[in-house]
Amino acid sequence: MAAAAALVPVGYLFLRAAEGGVSAWLDAVARPRVAELAATSLALTAVVTAACLVVGVGAAWLVTRSDTPGRRFLAVVLAMPLAVPSFVAAFTWVSVSDLLPWVDGGRLEGFGAAALVLTLYTYPYVYLPVAAAFSRTDPAQEDVARSLGRGPWRTFFTVTLPQARLSIAGGGLLAALYTLSDFGAVAILRLDTFTRAIFTALEVGFNRQLALTLATVLVVLTFVILWGEGRTRRAIPAVRTGRTVRRAPAQRLGPWRWPAAAGLAAVLVAALGVPGVSLIRWMGAGTSLSAAADRWLEAVLGSLSLALAGTLLTMLLALPVGVLAARHPGRVSRWVEHAVFLAHGLPGVVVGLSLVFLGASLARPLYQTTWMVAFAYATLFLPLAVAAVSGAVAQSSPAIEEAARSLGAPPRVVLRRVTLPLAAPGLGAGAALVMLTAMKELPATLLLRPTGTDTLATRLWSATGVGRYAEAAPYALTLVLLAAIPAWVVVHRTGVVPAEGVRA
Amino acid sequence: MTARSPLALTGTAAALLLGLTACAGGGTSAASSQPASGSVAGSSAASASDTAQAGTGASDGKVTLYSGRDENLVQPVLDQFTQETGIDVEVRYDKTAAMAAQLIEEGDSSPADVFLAQDAGALGATAKEGVLTEMDEETLETVPEQYRDDEGRWVGLTGRVRVLAYNEDTVTQADLPVTVAELTEDEWKGRVGVAPTNASFQTFVTALRTVEGEDEAREWLEGLAENDPQIREKNGEILADVDAGTIDVGLINHYYLYEMAKEKGVAPEDMKASLHFFEDGDLGSLVNVSGIGLVGEQEDADAQKLVDYLLSEKGQQYFVEETFEYPMVDGVEPPAGLPALDDLEAPDVDLNDLDDLQSSVQLIQESGLL
Repeated sequence: MAAAAALVPVGYLFLRAAEGGVSAWLDAVARPRVAELAATSLALTAVVTAACLVVGVGAAWLVTRSDTPGRRFLAVVLAMPLAVPSFVAAFTWVSVSDLLPWVDGGRLEGFGAAALVLTLYTYPYVYLPVAAAFSRTDPAQEDVARSLGRGPWRTFFTVTLPQARLSIAGGGLLAALYTLSDFGAVAILRLDTFTRAIFTALEVGFNRQLALTLATVLVVLTFVILWGEGRTRRAIPAVRTGRTVRRAPAQRLGPWRWPAAAGLAAVLVAALGVPGVSLIRWMGAGTSLSAAADRWLEAVLGSLSLALAGTLLTMLLALPVGVLAARHPGRVSRWVEHAVFLAHGLPGVVVGLSLVFLGASLARPLYQTTWMVAFAYATLFLPLAVAAVSGAVAQSSPAIEEAARSLGAPPRVVLRRVTLPLAAPGLGAGAALVMLTAMKELPATLLLRPTGTDTLATRLWSATGVGRYAEAAPYALTLVLLAAIPAWVVVHRTGVVPAEGVRA
Repeated sequence: MTARSPLALTGTAAALLLGLTACAGGGTSAASSQPASGSVAGSSAASASDTAQAGTGASDGKVTLYSGRDENLVQPVLDQFTQETGIDVEVRYDKTAAMAAQLIEEGDSSPADVFLAQDAGALGATAKEGVLTEMDEETLETVPEQYRDDEGRWVGLTGRVRVLAYNEDTVTQADLPVTVAELTEDEWKGRVGVAPTNASFQTFVTALRTVEGEDEAREWLEGLAENDPQIREKNGEILADVDAGTIDVGLINHYYLYEMAKEKGVAPEDMKASLHFFEDGDLGSLVNVSGIGLVGEQEDADAQKLVDYLLSEKGQQYFVEETFEYPMVDGVEPPAGLPALDDLEAPDVDLNDLDDLQSSVQLIQESGLL
């Protein structure tokens, strides 16, 4: 059921692409320019994913496993770049081009710029689940490795990392698909990627057929990435059994404590400081600030209600898929899990447009209601939730569930009283990810929202679109602050636990 | 682990907030519903109940408008309309192209009554798909023939002129090009700002193709591409850079200068950027329109009234003053400081032919600009 929901836009896509017949599909797709764009998209995806893995895993380890100063604060703030929509991030980076020493006289743009900006705002997809995983894994195995004489680096690579492998792979996959489907950042930073070709066909040529045909190529690329990710998790992950979880002692970094903190701070200055500076400049640069006052509250409520409805629906759909994937690994569950990821590689505008058609013709009473938007969020962001659920469930031992079952508890009760509470940190992180992402979603929201409803993201888009930067700034600030709340709750209460302090 | 899972918390909060917005939503559809007392303009103003008898189509006192133009530019005049007629306007805002795609995708089941578009091309494209219905002859005739559809499915609302913005400090008036073709010459190497991904530039290229032919258009584009142009995403970015002096000249629509002056809180004359109109019917000064069309097969009296209002003196005056565009009807003066539309000797282009941006985009891509 859940998988079927996610496949709705993909199915529609292939149906529409098939209308033209195979030869028309080949005509549209088998062109040098398409190959060129696909190559750029894949290269960007590879670079950004690799960078996200390094930054995300590194930050997660430093915060949860080392004595890096300020880790309590960093643990929360490191998740915040996720709250910045990529189009805002790119825009704010471009508008500080004049302050960047390496951009002489011109404008920040191109492959390097796009890779930098996307990495800065995508690495939390890796950081959050991995930090939650590090917080949850019993350090016993690491202790054993260390006591047997393995150095800290070897222990990290041979014990710590493999234990969090599912979360790392899941996070990397999300970062990859986000990059593949992103349009906002690459458009503003002027990098020709595949999403841009879809956009051009749709928005300037009024050629839906071509746009949808091109989008099928993205589905194929997504498939390839999924296949690659699937290969990294062949073996059954190591699972801690029995004893209560003990929190890991902080690894002492010695003289590296401050460089480590400085490194994390640098990431944050780049990811949050740059937009901050831009927004302050914007606010001072225009006269339209007052317009924001009247619209602000309505936009906040719009953002919250749409995002919450979306999160609710997404989590409900994600639970069965995630549990299935973690507890009954096999051909069927792998297919189901992959299915929910397919739509995630599509740009929001394609998913939105397919739901416009289906909503207007088949689900008229739901069309242009909150629930249609929630459904779009669910199809787009289901993978965020599924990765979190399956990662969290896989980390808790099935033995406890078996024990509950052997004592006569029916499956429903086992799920409610054993599986879910044990997986709560992962579920929380998943819900937060969905919530954050839903709040900054733009293209599908624009197409499907109830007429007259606005969100902070749509207000932001509308204001920057006509150059009213002063009005845009408060929306952007609010969006980030608002998104910070669920992140804070989750990071603090359940997900990411900073390492205990050590006294020297 | 306690039973208070984050999920349960989220659920409660969601229910709470959904309730809240439902309340807020009721209030958002504006200062509407009570018909304004007192003075109302012309025959088009009547209370909702009168309209049902007067109009040709059905009337329910409510119009759903899909607007491809920005809320800040459009909402005030819609509020005026609601105040004067008592007809509620529900508006969806999105980009013109996205809105056109949405309308075509919705087809017969579209909730929209009216489509307000940024450019004639989008109206042409939706009309071709059979989304738009024919308008009252009387309405059509208020607008000059060259600014409306031959078959009466859409009508121009405001005019915008393509211009060359230049920086007063770095370019003297004597040096300005007479025709847009000159921009491919050596003199302008590295100095011209263009926005090839922007619809207004693509519409200009479409006009070039239609009037001068494919080969001429290709030659111009290639010449421009070889002249090391300054590529930007949007007209506004070009203008900002021209005003700052980073670019000497740039091809934009005329009203951007006024919008930027307003946002900056200065008089248009005090900006470093100035507007140059190409002369003698040169395509560089193409006049395009923002326009409006009725959606669906059924004629809706309220929708027709909205179109009439926007074409009335009041409606047109609003656009002149607030969006700095050219009026489409007689008797309304263009914004101060701009040459009259007739004096521009606007190039002779059939706006109905500008709905094929696809081939233009291809040409722009082949030239290397995109």
